[in-house]
Amino acid sequence: MSFEELKDFVVSQFGAEVLVEAKEDALQSYLVVQTERLAEVCLTLHDHELTYFDFLSCLTGIDNGPEAGTMEVAYNLYSIPYDHHLMLKVQVPRNNTPEQSIPHVPTVSHIWRTADWHEREAFDMVGIYFTDHSDMRRILCAADWEGHPLRKDYELQDYYHGIKVPFDLHNELNGFKGEPHLIIKKENEQFPDMREKPE
Amino acid sequence: MDAKTGEGGIVITKLDDLLNWARLTSLFPMGFGLACCAIEMMGAYAAGYDLDRFGIIPRASPRQSDVMIVAGTVTFKMADRVRRLYEQMPEPRYVISMGSCSNCGGPYWEHGYHVVKGVDRIIPVDVYVPGCPPRPEALIGGFMQLQEIIRQETIRAPRAVQQLMAKRTAAQGQSVANAEQQVS
Repeated sequence: MSFEELKDFVVSQFGAEVLVEAKEDALQSYLVVQTERLAEVCLTLHDHELTYFDFLSCLTGIDNGPEAGTMEVAYNLYSIPYDHHLMLKVQVPRNNTPEQSIPHVPTVSHIWRTADWHEREAFDMVGIYFTDHSDMRRILCAADWEGHPLRKDYELQDYYHGIKVPFDLHNELNGFKGEPHLIIKKENEQFPDMREKPE
Repeated sequence: MDAKTGEGGIVITKLDDLLNWARLTSLFPMGFGLACCAIEMMGAYAAGYDLDRFGIIPRASPRQSDVMIVAGTVTFKMADRVRRLYEQMPEPRYVISMGSCSNCGGPYWEHGYHVVKGVDRIIPVDVYVPGCPPRPEALIGGFMQLQEIIRQETIRAPRAVQQLMAKRTAAQGQSVANAEQQVS
């Protein structure tokens, strides 16, 4: 099925309002679907005998930055028997409010098992929470890491378990453990050679 | 033995020299690697470079090891484990930092949020081996350097105790300086 046919198929199944946008002139054509109906659309695309998207090639979390104020998740679907592709997207606000600090997107991990780890990666790297995911926790960073490193406005934490994180002036102010430390700026019982970050 | 020395089986040496000789010719590294540097390290262990001829044989446990080769990128997730393994090693213990990543963060120095910018932020390092990754010859050079360090040691002033004392005097000097600052 071509992109046009797939688009018409989605519209015939769910109505025109499910498509937020259909972009055909992009490098890869994609459909932006309503976030809350994503799982439903995906399930039909997976099960229906005309589409049969049995393979989720990739799932990507994208941060568009604080100016745009949105985040996206891109789903690259592939059907092995029909040999056709489709890219779906959902777009969500960045949600830096205290009630909901990170955006929420419904999971598709019950449809494609591949999505399980991919969604955990998207959660870890850009901070998108996938609702109804069975095991939503970090996959790459340490469990007690602060922040989501691939966000555009990410800032490094200064210390992790007493280890200085930024590079700064190597060997001069980093808590170098090799020799006795003569320039200790601040006493710290737990890490006696930990020093303040320079201004 | 008689034929070798011609002195009736007696060899006279300083106890320091004997201990240092024994130590530096049987450096057992801990058998662990973190990234691509570990491949070069394995190459150095294997038949081609044969570290065994220096008495360097990897051991399976930190309790039996003398030297830790930090071969590869130390991530923050791994940092706690590296520190724990180092703490499990008995004194005297030595650390060789192998490759740019463990020396200073390597290619991840600026934008690598996940990499410790030098393993010397976690544990003291005796020898730094530069390279990305260093060739086995460079690692052997690192071991030679470490042997030189061990050759200088003496049981009258064990290094671990020396380091502890140096740290203590430094801390005392610092507290004295702080007191002076407060007075002035």
